[in-house]
Amino acid sequence: MSDQPTSKRNTAPALGSREFGRWIWRQLTSMRTALFLLLLLAIAAIPGSLVPQRGVDARAVEAFFSRNPTSAPVLDKLGFFSVYTSPWFSAIYLLLMVSLVGCILPRTAVYARALRARPPKAPRNFARLSGTASFTTDRDPDDVMAAARKAVGRARVDVVDHELRAERGYLREAGNLVFHVCLVVVLIGVAGGGLLGYRGSAIVSEGDGFSNTLTQYDEFSSGALFDADKLPPFSLTLDEFDARFELEGPQRGAPLLFRAQGRYTEKPTGDQKSFDIEVNHPLSIGSTSVYLVGQGYAPVIKVTDAKGNVVFDDAVPFLPSDGTYTSTGVVKVPDAQPEQIGLQGFFLPTAASVEGGAAISLFPGAVNPLVGLFAYHGDLGIDDGTSQSVFILDKDKLTPYVDKDGKEVDVSLSPGQEQVLDDGTTITFVELRQFARFQISSSPLVKLPLFGVSIGVLGLILSLSIKPRRTWVRARREGSRTLVEVAVLDRVTRDDLPADLDDIIGRLRRALGDDEETA
Amino acid sequence: MTLAQYAQFSNYAVASATIVVALAFLAHVAEWGFARAVVKEPVAVGAGVSDVEADELPPRSDVFGRIGVSLATLAAIILLAGVVSRALAAERVPWGNMYEFGVAGALISLVVYLGCVFTSGVQWLGGMVTGFALALLGLSMTTYVPAGPLVPALHSYWLVVHVAAVMIAGGLFLVGAAASVLYLLKARAESRGTVGPVLKRLPALGSMDRLAYRVHAVGFPIWTFGALIAGPIWAQHAWGRYWGWDPKEVWAFITWVVYAGYLHARATGGWRGKRAAYIAIIGFVTFLFSFYGINLFGSGLHSYAK
Repeated sequence: MSDQPTSKRNTAPALGSREFGRWIWRQLTSMRTALFLLLLLAIAAIPGSLVPQRGVDARAVEAFFSRNPTSAPVLDKLGFFSVYTSPWFSAIYLLLMVSLVGCILPRTAVYARALRARPPKAPRNFARLSGTASFTTDRDPDDVMAAARKAVGRARVDVVDHELRAERGYLREAGNLVFHVCLVVVLIGVAGGGLLGYRGSAIVSEGDGFSNTLTQYDEFSSGALFDADKLPPFSLTLDEFDARFELEGPQRGAPLLFRAQGRYTEKPTGDQKSFDIEVNHPLSIGSTSVYLVGQGYAPVIKVTDAKGNVVFDDAVPFLPSDGTYTSTGVVKVPDAQPEQIGLQGFFLPTAASVEGGAAISLFPGAVNPLVGLFAYHGDLGIDDGTSQSVFILDKDKLTPYVDKDGKEVDVSLSPGQEQVLDDGTTITFVELRQFARFQISSSPLVKLPLFGVSIGVLGLILSLSIKPRRTWVRARREGSRTLVEVAVLDRVTRDDLPADLDDIIGRLRRALGDDEETA
Repeated sequence: MTLAQYAQFSNYAVASATIVVALAFLAHVAEWGFARAVVKEPVAVGAGVSDVEADELPPRSDVFGRIGVSLATLAAIILLAGVVSRALAAERVPWGNMYEFGVAGALISLVVYLGCVFTSGVQWLGGMVTGFALALLGLSMTTYVPAGPLVPALHSYWLVVHVAAVMIAGGLFLVGAAASVLYLLKARAESRGTVGPVLKRLPALGSMDRLAYRVHAVGFPIWTFGALIAGPIWAQHAWGRYWGWDPKEVWAFITWVVYAGYLHARATGGWRGKRAAYIAIIGFVTFLFSFYGINLFGSGLHSYAK
């Protein structure tokens, strides 16, 4: 592709490394390499769909580790839990990018020359081409040329010595180049957006608020160029969460609507506005968007210790684990006296007892809410400052409350109910609230990949649909008549060539005003 | 009609269409079977085949080929009625869960195939396409759910655009893959000199190859639009990121890359023909996996209403 005549003049020994570099470059930018890299990229992407990915679901990765304790660390070393940022995946697409750019640049130069070039001369011998035909006419060669000009239609046309040369379909290569340039634009946009953007999620219970600072996020990730001090200073309060489910019929329990309603302010001093966030309908605040990505129940639990002090009174989000919103949650009460208290258990929105006494949830809506908790006392293990998930109770230094028979105490409460433990601690299920899980993200260059891929598809359509064609028409006087020879050459093989050739001849003869049989 | 009646009608229509597709498939099997019958005996043909000259009756296999196309057309019409009534019963677009993806996918592959029969005369693909549609319809029976509303995540008009584009591209990929399979079979037979009567009925290798290329050239931009434009736009609205390497996204990407590889293979010396055909078949397998398999085997954000 890049055979510059200058390279011939250079002598080999002094330029060994340069020649080598040239050879590498030619290899890398060849179509065969591009093809190989594409297929390699497809294969390299597969593991990411088989093994959980850290960037997608960190909890699933932890679960995978505990299921496969021997293989997981090996896979981890190989980057299988973050395939799309792993060195080997990056290496493939970076090579593909180099190959792409190395293909685009010379082809653009070739195309620029082709755009200025005139259509090529006709081959001396038309018989070698697959699409040829000839006929004779009474009209003289000049008339034939004028008619041929009309018959070839929109094309770049030259007429030299009663030979018409026409070329069309330049847009094919233009579309091809546009498409490939757009791929580069898309990748730049994706990379730039990743570097400048951030994404985090936070659970907010009804009645609670969220302000956009790092400490308020449950999960947060940002690009290398993102400055956490520049988080837009908005805050919001969740007033009401509306979850509706199919009440009857075969799809009973299927979710129908999730809606989070509340108020937000863009700046600490700004006006309060109301919001209404649904799935597929995020709230936009400047370049940041707030999405509703999850929901569940947050029973308000009150814990009063033996001395009568209220040591805990808050909405506790219980994470749903199935379609009936059977949820699990943990309450940590570090301020309880004389010992810290931990509660772990489940929440059922519509509890029903089944045989054997176990309760299950029948329906995701809160028809008969029930909290079932096991209570522990001792040391929660959070005083030494190590960070701990709020959804996991570390039971190493905790002792379960037991009844007189030595069985673990099962605290089972409906809203408004309370239960007193042996040591006088009272646990109350005050009321039921719901929580919303919001994802808050900013992707500053989001328009760039969209723009790139949209223009790219248009280019792609051009490059796949336009059929470049060269047409030649030669006319020469033979005795009293004129012999007209027509030849077409397609640079992409097509099926409709004979019919198309007939078509051109037909148009040519109509333009000449005669309708003799083709010779 | 009430919603329940529409739903009932839809179930009957889909079941009938499945039977008709099965008959169409059998007709094509008979087409191959009779092509094998060595002697070309003159056959008395029943009514219904009008465009035949009296003195040159078509061999039986031709008749069965045409019956196959007619039955496929009938099946597509009945299936269309089934899909439309399903939409009326559920009061939404009829592709909101795996059962509906399967049924609508079967419909679209039949329609795309019949469209190609109309424009390019690809009856010779009939057996493969009807066989595929039959398998898809059978598979969707195992994921049947009654007509009902959408889960909130699907409440978006992008559902219409995204899924429709992806399914149309899939229909084209099916035609391309079927042509590539037959191309490989015939190419192998030709190189061994064992072209039997069935393969002899197929078009020349060159035109099968060009047909495969043409449908892929139409399908690839549609796939790009459906999977890599409409999908990410919707994902940005619903999940706050346009691309997150969700398993379904991964496989959509793999499919895209493999078909990009196919188009490059067509332009690379030594990769035209057979090797390109292999890539097209691999591409279709990855498409099937991204369209259907990942929902059955994998988890992720796209696992709606299994």
